[in-house]
Amino acid sequence: MLCLLARRLVRSRIGISKGFTPSRCTDPLQIFPVRHHGEYEWQDPKSEDEVVNITFVDKDGKRIPVRGKIGDNVLYLAHRFGVDMEGACEASLACTTCHVYVKDGYQDKIPEADEKEEDLLDMAPFLRENSRLGCQIILTKELEGLELELPKATRNFYVDGHKPKPH
Amino acid sequence: MRILQSLLKTRSALSSSYSFSTSATSYGSIEKKICIVGAGPAGFYAAQYLLKHLPNCSIDVIERLPVPFGLVRFGVAPDHPEVKNVINTFTKTAEHPKFNFFGNLSLGSDVTLKELRERYHAVLLTYGAERDRKLNIPNETESKNILSAREFVAWYNGLPGAENLNPDLSGKNVALIGQGNVAIDVARILLSPLDKLKETDITEYALEALTRSKVEKVYLVGRRGPLQAAFTIKELREMLKLPNVSTLWREEDFKGVPEVIPSLQRPRKRITELMLTSLQAQKSASNISNKQFLPIFLRSPKNILGNQLELTVNELKENAAVPTAASETLPSDLILRSIGYQSTCVDPEINFDQKKGLICNKAGRVICKDPSNNPEPGLYVAGWLGTGPTGVILTTMNGAFAVARTICEDFEANKIAHDEQKPGLDTTGKRIVTWKGWQQIDKAEEAEGKKHGKPREKIVHVDEMLKVAGV
Repeated sequence: MLCLLARRLVRSRIGISKGFTPSRCTDPLQIFPVRHHGEYEWQDPKSEDEVVNITFVDKDGKRIPVRGKIGDNVLYLAHRFGVDMEGACEASLACTTCHVYVKDGYQDKIPEADEKEEDLLDMAPFLRENSRLGCQIILTKELEGLELELPKATRNFYVDGHKPKPH
Repeated sequence: MRILQSLLKTRSALSSSYSFSTSATSYGSIEKKICIVGAGPAGFYAAQYLLKHLPNCSIDVIERLPVPFGLVRFGVAPDHPEVKNVINTFTKTAEHPKFNFFGNLSLGSDVTLKELRERYHAVLLTYGAERDRKLNIPNETESKNILSAREFVAWYNGLPGAENLNPDLSGKNVALIGQGNVAIDVARILLSPLDKLKETDITEYALEALTRSKVEKVYLVGRRGPLQAAFTIKELREMLKLPNVSTLWREEDFKGVPEVIPSLQRPRKRITELMLTSLQAQKSASNISNKQFLPIFLRSPKNILGNQLELTVNELKENAAVPTAASETLPSDLILRSIGYQSTCVDPEINFDQKKGLICNKAGRVICKDPSNNPEPGLYVAGWLGTGPTGVILTTMNGAFAVARTICEDFEANKIAHDEQKPGLDTTGKRIVTWKGWQQIDKAEEAEGKKHGKPREKIVHVDEMLKVAGV
């Protein structure tokens, strides 16, 4: 737990996401390590300098403006503001439930996805050029005005003829 | 103390229901009681959605086993603990005051569907797919060296009843039939270094059996080609990175494959490129490990002859496998079939499609048995029981959310009658494991695991689970 928290803190402070994989924590007993995750995202910005305004567009097209701050993980920020982004594996790069589309012009301002994230994106339905995993996006000042759209089209997948791919 | 607490709980439940009945002038004031059958991912995700979006509802989840989480506990590989993080979300749902867990209660034997439908406004079936599909080849039933990968997974994951499987791991060659991620999981468990496995929640008896394992070569047989492979890139990459294991492809399987790469969509392109890179690396590799992972394409099982598996050579025509007259044999001391799961019909009331192995439904609404094709009011299905056994957890999550949303809409549109109170489950004379009971099991398992340097040691006998839960 400590090891994870420390890593999270370090990563949050310096605003990097690459190479951060909680699952690589060496303590085997930490199987469900992040019971109380996203503590950092629950803290309000301390000054205006820290503020990063972003907008989520949810599955129904509703726009949710959020006042985030430097170092916030998008997944946990979404949780704080009631945006329906799941994050089943708790940012450990084992699922695709926080799949988002990044608004044009912002893709290059987010560090490139690493191999693990790319591999998971390959399993995400409705993959696009601008697809990312929300849990791998850490806010920086450069991301002011960022828009993240949650994939739609999942609600009727039983009836619209879409067949989920075999795993 | 516990009696007092439960008395108080009943008291408050009673008083609140009284206040409902006295002021019950509109439908909205009657608590909508929903029963979910099966405490796996589909059931939990549906419960989560309903508790958030359906006003004034209460959710009872019944589960055949004394323990929750279904395939997250009994399917997900022990060396993939990060996938199991989803248990935290499920636990949060379970701690909702309007959520009740009734473990150790089987639909079909302890309670009937008819009874549930009478006692709840709506019933959602999410009991999954627990049977495996057969190969239907000669000697399949008689041969002692063939098991299902599903049984093998259940064995190493400690599903009650699977602990006595005793897979024979004394031979060198194992053939996995099917190339999905379940097959890859099994291959990885068979080939993984033990020091990696012993830090997981794999059952102690499985670990012990794997210590004595003589398995060196694991074949992964698929009826179609590399471009149709069912495994995903994450799982393949994990195999390629396994220490002291060589992955060996058959070069002839990749004839014509490099040429089509530019025309492929991104996911298929990346995985095909990974296979080709691995194939190139194998050609220049200086040493080959004793332990080998050997994917074989364009072969279908034909016959089992002792420890030889006869395979039909297929050709690919318009993405379909077409058998030729040619065949080959593969040394197979143990054969594990992994060509998919199937659901079972646990109650005669259920409109079950035996051929497809799932419940007849339209968008999660269960269809009447009569020829009308109308939906049964208040009866729903989600998860693999409704869709067939495909997809990753995201697929199940989206599906469960969609069905839960349908349930909300049907309540809203009064398609589900909710003008009278429903009593919920009658637990008289039943040995029920509550959420508190599960927490006791959970704690005991973690404590036992700690002794072995593992995150948990699963209890595998139902009797022991009940004892620990104080039932």
